[in-house]
Amino acid sequence: MQRIGVFVCWCGSNIAATVDVEAVANALAMEPGVVISTNYQYMCSQAGQEMIQNAIREHKLTGIVVCSCSPRMHEATFRKTAQQAGLNPYMVEIANIREQCSWVHKDKLTGTEKAIILGRAAIAKVHLNAPLTAGQSPVTKRALVIGGGIAGIQTALDIADAGFEVDIVEKKPTIGGKMSQIDKTFPTLDCAACILTPKMVDVAQNEKIKIYSYSEVEAVKGFVGNFHVTIRKKARYVDETKCTGCGLCTEKCPQKKVPNEFNLGLDTRRAIYIPFAQAIPKVATIDADYCSMLKSGKCGVCSKVCTAGAIDYKQTDQLIEQEYGAIVVATGFNPISMDKFDEFAYSKSPDVVTSLEYERLMNAAGPTGGTLLRPSDKTHPHTIVFVQCVGSRCDSSEKGKSYCSKICCMYTAKHAMLTREKYPDTEVYVFYIDVRTPGKNFDEFYRRAVEDYDVHYVKGMVGKVTPENGKLKVQASDLLGGRQMHIDADMVVLAAAIEPDKSARPLATMLTASMDTNDFFTEAHPKLRPVESPTAGIFLSGACQGPKDIPETVAQAGAAASKVIGLLAKDNLTCNPCVAKSDEMMCNGCSACEKVCPYGAITYMDKEFRGPNRTTLIRRVASVNPAVCQGCGACTVACPSGAMDLQGFSNSQIMAEVDAICK
Amino acid sequence: MQVNETFTPTIVAFCCNWCSYAGADLSGTNRLNYPANVKIIRIPCSCRLNPMFILRAFQRGADGVILCGCHPGDCHYTTGNYYARRRMTLLFSMLDFLGIEKERTRVEWVSAAEGAKFAATMNEFVDTVTKLGKNKRLEDLRCAK
Amino acid sequence: MREMIKAKAIELLENGTVNRVLGWKAGEFFYDLTPGIFTSREEIEETFEYSVFSAANLSKYLIAESRKEGKIAVFLKPCDSYSFQQLLKEHRIWRDRVYVVGIACDGMCSMDVIRDKGITGVTAVEEDGENLKLTTLYGDKTIAKADALLERCVHCKSRKVVVFDEMIGENGEEIPDSHRFDMVEKLEAMTPEERFAFWRGELSRCIRCNACRNVCPACSCEKCVFDNDKSGIAQKAAASDFEENNFHIIRAFHVASRCTDCGECSRVCPQNIPLHLLNRKFIRDINELYGEYQAGSDMDTKPPLMNFTTDDCEPSVVYERGGKV
Repeated sequence: MQRIGVFVCWCGSNIAATVDVEAVANALAMEPGVVISTNYQYMCSQAGQEMIQNAIREHKLTGIVVCSCSPRMHEATFRKTAQQAGLNPYMVEIANIREQCSWVHKDKLTGTEKAIILGRAAIAKVHLNAPLTAGQSPVTKRALVIGGGIAGIQTALDIADAGFEVDIVEKKPTIGGKMSQIDKTFPTLDCAACILTPKMVDVAQNEKIKIYSYSEVEAVKGFVGNFHVTIRKKARYVDETKCTGCGLCTEKCPQKKVPNEFNLGLDTRRAIYIPFAQAIPKVATIDADYCSMLKSGKCGVCSKVCTAGAIDYKQTDQLIEQEYGAIVVATGFNPISMDKFDEFAYSKSPDVVTSLEYERLMNAAGPTGGTLLRPSDKTHPHTIVFVQCVGSRCDSSEKGKSYCSKICCMYTAKHAMLTREKYPDTEVYVFYIDVRTPGKNFDEFYRRAVEDYDVHYVKGMVGKVTPENGKLKVQASDLLGGRQMHIDADMVVLAAAIEPDKSARPLATMLTASMDTNDFFTEAHPKLRPVESPTAGIFLSGACQGPKDIPETVAQAGAAASKVIGLLAKDNLTCNPCVAKSDEMMCNGCSACEKVCPYGAITYMDKEFRGPNRTTLIRRVASVNPAVCQGCGACTVACPSGAMDLQGFSNSQIMAEVDAICK
Repeated sequence: MQVNETFTPTIVAFCCNWCSYAGADLSGTNRLNYPANVKIIRIPCSCRLNPMFILRAFQRGADGVILCGCHPGDCHYTTGNYYARRRMTLLFSMLDFLGIEKERTRVEWVSAAEGAKFAATMNEFVDTVTKLGKNKRLEDLRCAK
Repeated sequence: MREMIKAKAIELLENGTVNRVLGWKAGEFFYDLTPGIFTSREEIEETFEYSVFSAANLSKYLIAESRKEGKIAVFLKPCDSYSFQQLLKEHRIWRDRVYVVGIACDGMCSMDVIRDKGITGVTAVEEDGENLKLTTLYGDKTIAKADALLERCVHCKSRKVVVFDEMIGENGEEIPDSHRFDMVEKLEAMTPEERFAFWRGELSRCIRCNACRNVCPACSCEKCVFDNDKSGIAQKAAASDFEENNFHIIRAFHVASRCTDCGECSRVCPQNIPLHLLNRKFIRDINELYGEYQAGSDMDTKPPLMNFTTDDCEPSVVYERGGKV
C-alpha cells in the first residue's frame, strides 16, 4: 500500500473562492492510503514546497497528490520538489482543480464536489504509479548531411565550424547541387558560381568534413544520438586518391555522344567526365552506361592517357558503415517533368525550354558559352515568351502540383531582366497568374523588370504553343485587357513547378521521418520547430521541406546546423521515462505495435523462454527503445494482449481514474 | 424517452495532453462555464484511448464518454489521432449496432487555442446526454445507486 | 475425398516429408470431429476422420505445433487457409515447419441444422452427391446437403485456398456475392431499441465458457487480456448484465481488421450466439469506410486498424448515417 500525501492549494482565492479547500482536504483524507491531507494558500511558493517536502520526510510518503492548477503549469515544479525530498518525481500526480474546476464553476458546492472527485481520481492513479527513472543514451558526436547542394553545404560548414565532424553524402559525382547550374541570383544579380564555389572549396578543405560523392544512403538503423548508417559508394571506376582532375581523359575519350546532364542535355559530354570545371571533388567519373570498355571490354583510352594511373575498370560499389548522432536531410528539389504539359509543345520543339535550361543557355559556362542562342538553329531569338506556374497551383493533382513553387516569379523576373539587359532588341513577355514577391528587395526587383526594362507582364495563361515555320505561335489570354493574344515567339520558357527529389521518399522510409502527400518532409511543428523532423535526431534543411529560394535555404540550413550542434554538444540524452514498455511474457510478436509506431521505436527479436516440462520455447517478442519512443501510446491500443503498456499512463492507471470518476 | 429534470449525467472526457487538455485549461483561464459533471482524464494522445476505457466508464456508471484530441494533421505525435479516428469510428458504429444510444459517445477535435470550443462542446454534449437520460443499457448493475 | 486425404497423410509421413499430421478425428459423437495429431500409419488408418463435419479450423493449432521439432502436415480448407495466412503475417506460425495440403471444400454441415429440420436420432451420415443419406433411429432419411450447411458455408466468401504446398481437389475462386452481410444489414435496418433487444436476447445467454475465444485463430494471444490480472478487466465469469457485452465487444474489437470471418466462434458457441455478426459488422464497416479488405488474403497489406489516410471519415459518420454506417 502506498503512503500518500494530499496537498490542496488555495491559489489565493483562485481556487478557494469556488472550492471549499478545507472540505476537499478532509474528504480526501478518508481515501485509502492517504496518510496526510492538508491545504495551503500557495503550494507552489517556497513555503508550500517546503511543506510538501517536510511531509514527505516526516510521513515517509511514497506518493503525493497536489490539488492545484493545471499540470501543464506546475507538474514539473512539484516533481522537482518531490525529488529534492527524496521521492521519485514520477510518484507525483496533479489534480487540476483550478483550470478545470474552480475557474469553470460558480457554485461552491458543485466546485467542491468536483474537486473531491478529481482528487480521488488522482489518488487512485498514484496508487498504481511506479517510480520511473529517465534513461540516458550517449551521443555519437558526428553528423551526417544527406545531399550536397547549398543546403547541405551550409549545414555541414556550420556544424564543422562548431568543431564537430560532418559527413556529406551526395549522389552525384560532385557537390554543388542546383545552385551550381544557376547563372545569376535574384535579387542582387551576383553570379551563383562566384558565391557558391568558394563554399564548395571550404567544404573540401575543412578537415572536419568528409565528402562521400557519387554515394547514396543504403540503410539507417538506430535512433537519436546513435544512428548507424550504411553508405553505398558507387563505383566511379576512377581511384579518387590518385586522380588529379587534370581532365585529359575527358578530352581523349572517344565516346562523345553522352547527353550532358549538367547542361540538362543541351549538349553532350564524354563517357568519362567531370561535371563542371569547379567540381568538388575534382575527380573524373566513368559513366558505365556509355563506356565501351565497361560494356564490351574494347577501348581503354582513358586508362592509357591517365598519367596518374587512376583508372580502375574493376572497381565495385563499396559499402561504408558509420555511426552518427544526428542526420540532416538536404535532398533538395527537381523541376517536374514537362511530359504532361504538351500544350506548350515542349516535346515538339527544342526552342521550348524550362527555366533551368534557360539558365544554362544564359550561363557563361553553359553549352552556348553564355550567348543566348535558340537550341534549334543557334540563332539569336528576338521574341521570348515566359510562362509562369507551369504545374504549380494546379487544381487537379493529376497533372501538376497544388502548391506554389515559390521561386518561379523571381527567377522569371530575373531571366526577363537579364535578357533585356544583354539583348535590348528582344521583346520579352511574361504570362502570370499572380506575381508573388514577398522577400527583401523582391518587389523592387520585379518592378525594375517591368518599369526599367520594359518587360511585358501579362496577367493570363498561355493556352497553346504551336511550332510553325521556325516560329512558335503562342496563343494566350490577357485577362486585364480582356483579349486574346497571338504572339510569334522565337523561344518559350516554362517556369516548371518544383518537386522533392525522387530519392526523398525511400529515404524517409529509412529514417522513419514523415512526409506530406507531396513528398516534402514534414517538420516537427510548422511554426515552432520548422527545421526538425518529428523523428528525433532527424533535421531538415532546404527544399526537401518545401520550396525555397537560396537565402531562405541558407537560413534554414544554418538553423538546422544549430539544432544539430545543440544535440551533439550533449554527452548524453535524457529520455522521457513515460514511454511504452512491452511485457515479454505476454507479447505475441504479431507486429501490430510496430505498424502503428510513428517513430520506429519497436523492434523484434526471437527469444528463448522456458516452456512446460523443461522445454525451451522460442518466441518473437517486441522491445521498445526508450530513447526513441515519445510516449504517444498508439501501440498500447493496437496490442490485443495488453502486453504493450505505457508507463505513467498505464491501462490500470487510466482505468482506476475512470472508476474513481464514475463511482 | 422521458426527460428527467433533476438528472445530471456523469460524463468522462478523455483529453490529449497537447491540444485538448490545454484547450480545457484555456476555457478555465477564460472563465467559460461548462457543467461540473464533466470530468477530464488526461492522456498523452487520443491514440492512447483504449476502447476498454470507454466500456469501463459506461460499465461503472458513466452516461456519456467524449474523446478530445488534436485536429487531424496537428497531432503532437503526427499520426496518433488518425489511428484514434479509425478506432473510434468503428467502436461507435459497433456500440450503435448493439443498440446502445450513439449519442452517448463522441469525438471532438479541440486545439489548445479552442477554449471556447471546448466549453461549447461540453455544454452541448451534456445537454444531449441529459436528454437521453440515465445510461441503462450499459451500466454494470452492481454499481447501480 | 476422405480416402485421398488419408492416403496423403500416410504418404507424407512415410516419405519423411513430415513427422506428424494435423487432421481430424472423431470426438464423443461421430458428427463432432475434433482436431487430432497423428504420427503413424496405424493411427491414421484407425482414427483419422474427414467428413462433412470436419469444420474445425486447424490453423490455430500450428502456432504451438510449428515450434516443435520436425515438420508437420496440415489440411486446410479454403477458409482455414485465410486464418493460416493471417497468422503467418503476424509471425505466429513458422512456415518452414509446416507442410500445407489445401483441400477443396464445398461446405461443411452441422448436426444442429439437421436437427432443426426435424431429423433426430441420427447415427450415421453419408455423402451421396448433392444429398446426405442419414441413418437414424427412426429409419433412413435423405436431406439435401445444401440444407444442412453451417451458416458460414451457406454464405461462403471464398473457395480458394490461399496458401498451400499441394492441393487435393481443384482450387476454387472467391465468391463476391456471398450475401454474408445480409443479417448485419437486417439488424442495421432495425431501430436501436430493437437491436438492443436482439443483442440482449443473444448475449445474455453467454455463459463465458470462452469457447469462442479459445477456438478463434485471431484470438491467439499468449495471454488474453481477460485472463491478465494486470489489465484490470480480468473476469472469470459474467458478473453482470454488461459483463458479457463488454467481453464480446472487446473481443470483436481486438480481432477487427484481423478476423478472416472463418465463423468458428459461432460454430463452437454452446449457446448458439451468432457471434460472427459482431465480426462481420466490423468487416462491413471497414469495407465501406476504408476500402475492401479481406484479412489473410495476402501477406503485405496493413490491416485497416493499423493504417489510416489523412482524409478518413470522422467518427460522427456514425450519427449522420444512422445505424447503417
